[in-house]
Amino acid sequence: MSDITSLTLTDLVKNIKDKKISSEETTKAFIDRGEKSRDLNVYITEDFTNALEKAKNFDKKPNFDLKLPGIPMAVKDLFCTNGVKTTAGSKILSNFIPPYESTVTQKIWNEGAILLGKLNCDEFAMGSSNETSFFGNVQSPIDKNLVPGGSSGGSASALAANLTPITIGTDTGGSIRQPASFTGTVGLKPTYGSCSRYGIVAFASSLDQAGPMSKNVKDCALLQEIISTYDEKDSTSIDFKRNSYSKELTNNIKGKKIGIPKEYRVDGMPKEIEDLWIKGIEYAKECGAEIVEISLPHTNYALPAYYIVAPAEASSNLARYDGVKYGFRSKGENLIDMYEKTRSEGFGEEVQRRIMIGTYVLSSGYYDAYYLKAQKVRKLIKNDFDNAYKKVDAILTPSTPSAAFKIGEKTNDPVSMYLNDIFTVPVNLAGLPAISIPAGVDAKGYPLGLQIIGKAFDEQNILNIAYAMEEKIQFKNKITDWWIK
Amino acid sequence: MTIDLKTIKHISKLSRISVDDEKAKKLAGDMNTIFDFIEKLNELDTDNVEPLTSVAETTLKLRVDEVKSGNIREQVLKNSPDKNEDFFVVPRVVE
Repeated sequence: MSDITSLTLTDLVKNIKDKKISSEETTKAFIDRGEKSRDLNVYITEDFTNALEKAKNFDKKPNFDLKLPGIPMAVKDLFCTNGVKTTAGSKILSNFIPPYESTVTQKIWNEGAILLGKLNCDEFAMGSSNETSFFGNVQSPIDKNLVPGGSSGGSASALAANLTPITIGTDTGGSIRQPASFTGTVGLKPTYGSCSRYGIVAFASSLDQAGPMSKNVKDCALLQEIISTYDEKDSTSIDFKRNSYSKELTNNIKGKKIGIPKEYRVDGMPKEIEDLWIKGIEYAKECGAEIVEISLPHTNYALPAYYIVAPAEASSNLARYDGVKYGFRSKGENLIDMYEKTRSEGFGEEVQRRIMIGTYVLSSGYYDAYYLKAQKVRKLIKNDFDNAYKKVDAILTPSTPSAAFKIGEKTNDPVSMYLNDIFTVPVNLAGLPAISIPAGVDAKGYPLGLQIIGKAFDEQNILNIAYAMEEKIQFKNKITDWWIK
Repeated sequence: MTIDLKTIKHISKLSRISVDDEKAKKLAGDMNTIFDFIEKLNELDTDNVEPLTSVAETTLKLRVDEVKSGNIREQVLKNSPDKNEDFFVVPRVVE
């Protein structure tokens, strides 16, 4: 079989279960393509030798009852992997080898999957273009010098370039959905509390969620089913009844009420985004959904509130990087000097900027004016969604205000970079689930995504809507392998 | 509101990130741009709004206080930039 790497996860699992291909063949195919694709810079750490060994072992004693039998996959380098270097895209963790495994990755290995390696991402997941990584830019397979989005940029690129059949990312303000949208792939940000945060390098703890990234909605549902579990090791993990998302997946969404929030028609939004949204509404109608105009009046305040809450939590979370117990250390004349030099040399520019913002908004005299204010605005944003969900079952919006941009295009203007997340950030502030599915292309042929936002714990519903719409949209990603010599 | 160089130096001290003058200037510029953007929140009257501290409407579960992952001292110390047998080593703090 020549095109193992272009198969969906579902097809790959079927082929392995039917013994048409072995785990070794599969793993080798992804490794070979990975080795030819180093120009994309998706891997921070390759674990190919171990992967092949594990695949051979799987084939010797295969267990086809597992959901991911001998399936190789790469994961974002924000998930701690026992014995495999985990950097979070930062110099300060560039030599860190975790002595434990994140719950989410453990669930995946328990189902028979095999780690291919650790994927590039923005430093500590702070970025929207994968340009803040200490390990360099990631190229999008869509076009040369195009950003894959961020922060799960390595994950999105690897997936779209057929270097992994499926992957996981994390989403604090859009870090799964925005890169999925930029690369023509599917990305789900689950409800806050669905997937354990244990063993994920922390950025902003009240917003961070891990989630699946895949080539289609069915694969996404299958991976979500595996990683969504209650975990006592995460105090914000929520014990609710989870669906068998892939088994219960249906394209019957007749009568579902889908809200269209007028506030998402932002100034200066390119016409092609507006057109994509209108097309999306038509598709939803064709699927039998009922379209309802709704209002989310505080939408415009989500991004400014996010840029207080997220840096505040980050400044607190990143206080642990002091050069003492693990990670990079710089030499100092005394203890304080060592701390200050370690953090100044170990963190990149964007991370330092966010730590400083966070420290400032939490500092004496400013806490009420900024942090408390932002938490109150966060409440208003959540209330907006609560009110909307009295009338609708889900909400349909564009995933991003534009298609992918060129590397270097927005690096000098932090606010213009932050605006990328204008449609995704409100969802994190309210703790809701949302999925981005590819729905079209812009004039240059770059992918554009639509976002479906659900009620808390209603992943099944948005997966179903996405599944039904995916059938109508029939999106095909055009990947030319331009980077392979 | 403007964040001046003195404030930047103060925040850098609180953040334990050393900042030279050139970096401080750049940071001041960036932070002023970002805070201009954040000031938009002041358009909203939030006097009677409860702050949202957690979206997870759940009470913390109690559990038995017991060690579940022990005896990994060597593995933990392996990541230390400087160690001396069973300890993390830092620059001298007591003369």
